[in-house]
Amino acid sequence: MISLFEKGIRLDGRKLLEYRGPISIQRGFTKTAEGSAKVTLGETEVIVGVKMEVGAPYPDSPGDGTIMVGAELLPLSNPQFELGPPGIQAIELARIVDRGIRESKALDFKKLCIREGELVWIVSIDVCSLNDAGNLFDASSFGALAALQDTVLPKLDGDKVNYKDKTKNHLVLEALPISVTVCKIGNHLFVDPSTEEEEFIDARLTVASLENGDLCALQKGGETPLTAEEIQAMITIGIEQGKMLRKLLLEKR
Amino acid sequence: MVYKTRLENRGFDQARPMEAKVGVIKRADGSAFFRFGHTWAYAAVYGPRNLYPKFLQDPSKGILRCNYNMMPFSSVGERVRPGGSRRSKEISMVTQKALLPVLDLDEFPNSVIDVFIELPETEAGSRCAGITAAAMALADAGLRMKDLVAAVSVGRVDDKIVVDLDYSEESYEGGPVADIPVAVMPNSGKITLLQMDGIISPEQLSKAIGMAKATCVKIAEVQRAALKEKYKASENNGQ
Repeated sequence: MISLFEKGIRLDGRKLLEYRGPISIQRGFTKTAEGSAKVTLGETEVIVGVKMEVGAPYPDSPGDGTIMVGAELLPLSNPQFELGPPGIQAIELARIVDRGIRESKALDFKKLCIREGELVWIVSIDVCSLNDAGNLFDASSFGALAALQDTVLPKLDGDKVNYKDKTKNHLVLEALPISVTVCKIGNHLFVDPSTEEEEFIDARLTVASLENGDLCALQKGGETPLTAEEIQAMITIGIEQGKMLRKLLLEKR
Repeated sequence: MVYKTRLENRGFDQARPMEAKVGVIKRADGSAFFRFGHTWAYAAVYGPRNLYPKFLQDPSKGILRCNYNMMPFSSVGERVRPGGSRRSKEISMVTQKALLPVLDLDEFPNSVIDVFIELPETEAGSRCAGITAAAMALADAGLRMKDLVAAVSVGRVDDKIVVDLDYSEESYEGGPVADIPVAVMPNSGKITLLQMDGIISPEQLSKAIGMAKATCVKIAEVQRAALKEKYKASENNGQ
């Protein structure tokens, strides 16, 4: 693998800084969700669904709605995934998706308030892996944004959600925080790892960036330390590759 | 009271529109997708593979494990909490019993065949869609099978015997309702799943089971066509 990397190519013939294709977005994938999308990165497929719920706000932020992100690494999507409560892999995945959306303020929590101190919207975003051919991090963050773009608020009957009646109001996304996971094997940096490559990753850095180039979330993984210069290089790659993904989210509506 | 017309003008013996596809999950040894209207299931088969921990192994035959799971956003109402419920555990168990009779597990001592069923969207009849998808996935995994398994829910809505109840029929309030999921081995006509909720006379039940068997023969045609489609496609790719 490394000898190929020296030549700038990968096992599947891709360049180091090249995502797999096709990248597709199918919004409105499941009608029981208030918003949903199936996204593919090459052979990796994830389904993301959004359910809108109501509940009491947190006491320290009575005027704010909130989000909840769950990730399920379904055993149907990878022979190594097992049944049972979410393991640390699934928890990290959910937290990364959560952080990108939360910290970028992609959703204005104030707008999710129904009655201050009493009732707010809770946006539940659930990621389910359908086929894990690598890079669930980026596919999940991407899918979550596509599903949020698709989300329509249901009606309220008093303090209860009437799931059968939808309003015409879409959730408004104030920003598109695009996550790109930059990986390192040896001295080589690359994006969009396949499952084969994921096994050999020394370090990875998930970079969530905004349209203006600001960063909104970072997460380093892997067991090898990184230098400040390497981190700088990874961030540059993350922002650059993110532009392509952002364009797809804006185009394919 | 009389139950007159079904939604979308469906005939009383008519299932919702069906769709089937095989080989939809690349990582799995076998996989399939099956849909009745807005109820659809993915199924993936992994194995036969080694079973751990070792004390679960059976040296005389392989083990079939099935797991039925609704995705958190697959219900029209509130979010479904992940992690399984008593309901999903029971459905997993009856699914395993519905599929076992067509497999020969003596070939695979100490091994397990895992069947994972996931539902992205449900509107009544989800266990039947799951079983139908799982049978196709087992065939796609290249396992030797004595027959297919097809499943559909039949039942009674007031004075009518109907095939493939939708949500409005399951929850019909104008008269008595019975909901009867049935799985059938379409060649032999034998029944591998039978459950019922509701009130029905023995005569009505017998009619309902007859309709289930007839519908399962039609479902099996859809299953076979999807299986053939995959192999036709792979021949064209020179595989």
